[in-house]
Amino acid sequence: MLKLVRVEAKLFLREGASVIFAILFPTVLLLVLGAIPALRTPDPMFGGTRFIDGYAGTLVVITLAFLGLQRVPTTVATYRERGVLRRLSTTPLHPGKLLAAQLLVNLIAAVVAVLLVVAVGRLVFDIGLPHHLVGFTLTVLLGAASLFSFGLVIAALASTAKAAAGWATVAFMLVMFFGGAYLPRFLLPDAVNTVGQYLPPGVAALQDSWVGTAPSPPHLAVMAVIALLAGTVAARTFRWE
Amino acid sequence: MAIIEVVDLGKRYGPTVAVDEVSFTVDEGEIFGILGPNGAGKTTTVECVEGLRVPDRGTIRVDGLDPRRDRTELRQRMGVQLQESQLPERIKVREALDLYSSFYPDPADWRELVVRLGLEDRRDAEFGTLSGGQKQRLSVALALVGRPRIAVLDELTTGLDPQARRDTWDLIEGIRDSGVTVLLVTHFMEEAERLCDRLAVIDAGRVVAIDTPAGLVSRVDSEQRVRFRPSRPVDEALFRELDEVTDVRLHGGRFVITGRGNLLHAVTSVLARNQVVAAELRVDQASLDDAFVSLTKPKK
Repeated sequence: MLKLVRVEAKLFLREGASVIFAILFPTVLLLVLGAIPALRTPDPMFGGTRFIDGYAGTLVVITLAFLGLQRVPTTVATYRERGVLRRLSTTPLHPGKLLAAQLLVNLIAAVVAVLLVVAVGRLVFDIGLPHHLVGFTLTVLLGAASLFSFGLVIAALASTAKAAAGWATVAFMLVMFFGGAYLPRFLLPDAVNTVGQYLPPGVAALQDSWVGTAPSPPHLAVMAVIALLAGTVAARTFRWE
Repeated sequence: MAIIEVVDLGKRYGPTVAVDEVSFTVDEGEIFGILGPNGAGKTTTVECVEGLRVPDRGTIRVDGLDPRRDRTELRQRMGVQLQESQLPERIKVREALDLYSSFYPDPADWRELVVRLGLEDRRDAEFGTLSGGQKQRLSVALALVGRPRIAVLDELTTGLDPQARRDTWDLIEGIRDSGVTVLLVTHFMEEAERLCDRLAVIDAGRVVAIDTPAGLVSRVDSEQRVRFRPSRPVDEALFRELDEVTDVRLHGGRFVITGRGNLLHAVTSVLARNQVVAAELRVDQASLDDAFVSLTKPKK
């Protein structure tokens, strides 16, 4: 199993695009935005804080959405389409362990990406470390769990790897939009922000726990329920071949 | 001793009957071929043997195990090469072998396998960059890395060039000689004839014959044809009066003589007595191809 995780990790690192986009992109984005003086100056328009403070949660959303809604579904659907899972089911190893290894590798990538954003935010722009550490960790884990399960549902329901990539991209765009990646959240209408609070990976909970208050329990609860539901649907509908 | 026993196997997908009624036994240490036209039910049959599919009817025993109930145990004793099954594009040859060998309690040394399969200079190559033949050889290596007692190889040489195909055949004979029982699915006559100790011919979900390749050939009408161009004109009647000859034709200076028994000897004796030299001499005998075609002929 350990060997499997190691091989999956190597395969992950060999995909340049996933490393750049999932792990480095949020940090690079933070550096680029932070380089613009207006965005690192407190402004009443951003509620008296800096733009980059308010955007921190969204950076985590980008990582989790990319991993959960791009990497996971396309990798898993490709493994099925190319008979990798089927081939494994003729060995003593259950192919379920390959999925587990795959999710674990993606989770590790998410943690690395988040740590990188937090560290650069702290060192370069003096953005505080996540204030509510337990709440922040819990939110990241729940957000990852719910998006990864959602990615698995897409992989389970799509008939081909191409179809999975298509559906995954739609879901990815929606999560990015509601998570404030395209337009900052203070520009979005209230209705959209409300949806964004409950939609995984819970941008509001990420933001809250980062800058101070505990994440709102209903936000976390909804994500937990989504993770559970999506996980169940994925497990019930998943085809190995 | 039988290591694989399949009795009255039946499997349908919805209204389509994939396997109607198939029975055969494979003896320990032999290469047993399953031969049949496309869609005859070959792959479904071996997938039931591998435990990948649940049969509707019949019983299967593999090395004393039930492929469904004793799945876990069977997976350690059986190495499988699947038709159209791939590895991740970017995995390296040595990583794949190292990974697969970690699944088994007492694996073979994959470094030796790499050498035996002629992949040593591709050890660090990624799967996606391998040629068709190399992928196929890697696939065979993965099937063998767990030191199986039985290897099931499905359409092993499809898509390979003639040289790669011959190399793969040598490899399979080597596997058999090292004591592994091989169940081979194929639709290539040449492959079956060259490799298999015994063969089951499957057509439309049923076994139509089980025999050695030579035994199958002898089942078809053993008519032979001798063709040649005589060095000078010869009277057809000289051949017609031979007992072995059933038909004589002359097209544009070439004889085509059909007959049985020791036809070639009879014809060449006549030629020698008349001091005629035969140029472009050819003898056509029934082959496994003919046997296959006559066994799997569509029933009207």
